[in-house]
Amino acid sequence: MRPVAVIGIGKTAFGAFPDRDLRSLAVEAGEKCLDNGHAAPSQVDAFFLGNFAGPSFVGQNHLAPYVSTALGIQGVPATRVEAACASSGSALFHAYTGVASGVYDTVLVVGVEKMTSQPTPKVTEILAGAGDCAGEIKAGSTFASLFAMIARRHMYQFGTTREHLAAVAVKNHANGALNPDAQMRKVITMEQAMAGKPIADPLTLYDCSLISDGAAAVLLAPAERASEFTDKPVRVLGIAQASDFVALDEKPDITTFPAVRLASQKAYAMAGVGPADIQLAELHDCFTIAEIIAIEDLGFAPRGAGGPFTLEGHTARTGDKPINTSGGLKSKGHPVGATGAAQICDLVLQMRCEAGARQVPRHSLALAQNLGGSGATCVVTILGTV
Amino acid sequence: MSDATGKVYTETVIYSATEAFAAEVPYQTAIVTLDAGGRVTGRILGERVGIDDRVTRVEIRGGVPFFKKIA
Repeated sequence: MRPVAVIGIGKTAFGAFPDRDLRSLAVEAGEKCLDNGHAAPSQVDAFFLGNFAGPSFVGQNHLAPYVSTALGIQGVPATRVEAACASSGSALFHAYTGVASGVYDTVLVVGVEKMTSQPTPKVTEILAGAGDCAGEIKAGSTFASLFAMIARRHMYQFGTTREHLAAVAVKNHANGALNPDAQMRKVITMEQAMAGKPIADPLTLYDCSLISDGAAAVLLAPAERASEFTDKPVRVLGIAQASDFVALDEKPDITTFPAVRLASQKAYAMAGVGPADIQLAELHDCFTIAEIIAIEDLGFAPRGAGGPFTLEGHTARTGDKPINTSGGLKSKGHPVGATGAAQICDLVLQMRCEAGARQVPRHSLALAQNLGGSGATCVVTILGTV
Repeated sequence: MSDATGKVYTETVIYSATEAFAAEVPYQTAIVTLDAGGRVTGRILGERVGIDDRVTRVEIRGGVPFFKKIA
């Protein structure tokens, strides 16, 4: 295995864009990424598209060559990867294995989702397809309700409170307000977050990520060739994907995600670092409780302590372990297939000192955690500046 | 041991549902640890339940178990 670097990033803004279709979003992110990495479409050896539900949201299948050819990338393997909300994290993982093994040199990963063309109840139904449709979904579960049941159990076992959940939302909105590409650039107060409209007890509107359109892209190359493309390469020091049960009722303990633990342990070992070494992170806050549990599963805080860790300010932009300086899925937006790639883009901006008003001072070692469904897929990536 | 009785492992009340369930909100779902072993996701009828409450299955509708609190 040879070292791999991120040599280019590109993103669209996240939001509701009624005049944009899936392909134009994906092409915008892909073109920005190739420009950013000073690479021509003809230099791309393979293309991976992360997309959860394009066929359901917009009625289009065979999406990878549909997007790659529109980018001017001809003839190479073009593959769509679907792993629910971890689709582009998984696409990145598979792109990485292709470069590290020497099968490919430059590989382009694009993540995209076009969600807002459907009304909210239909979006809820399509998202529910990432759960167990023969069991929990048939009983009336939504994704918010699955994470609500996780939150309820976490509260019961560890004393996590509504205030802990709200602290995640307040913090991520404060960050997103500084991100020009974020969907909801709005600071919210603790009082607002605590008094949100109920969605699934104990989760309110402010505990839930957004319904979004958007795309993000990452260009990988062997580290030894990175200087041909960029003077600001970022190394992929560790990356791992892990899996677990799709149905929540099959998990022995729903207050922890074994796939997150497994993927992070592998990524830490590969990078030769531990949780205390990580300087900033983008975590998968599809719901506020998910960020709290990720903090615990990644080893940033002990089990059950993720809520107090957040409330005490450790994960704020000015804290000792800044989390989701982009605004996270909560404020930046969550076009599900784009999220994993967008996390990498946001970390690379910080690592290149290009994050503007939300720039943090320590940024040489960063971690991204991309979760699919209620924990059935997780991809953890550790990035470092050389 | 019965697969028709058990204890609530976790629960929620849903206010925002998919199209198929929109007419039924708010409604309660729970994961129930069955006395016979294993867990199942089902619906709760009648009185709202909390974690550790004992429940009994009152019917199966379209493959979905419906439980009720044991007073």
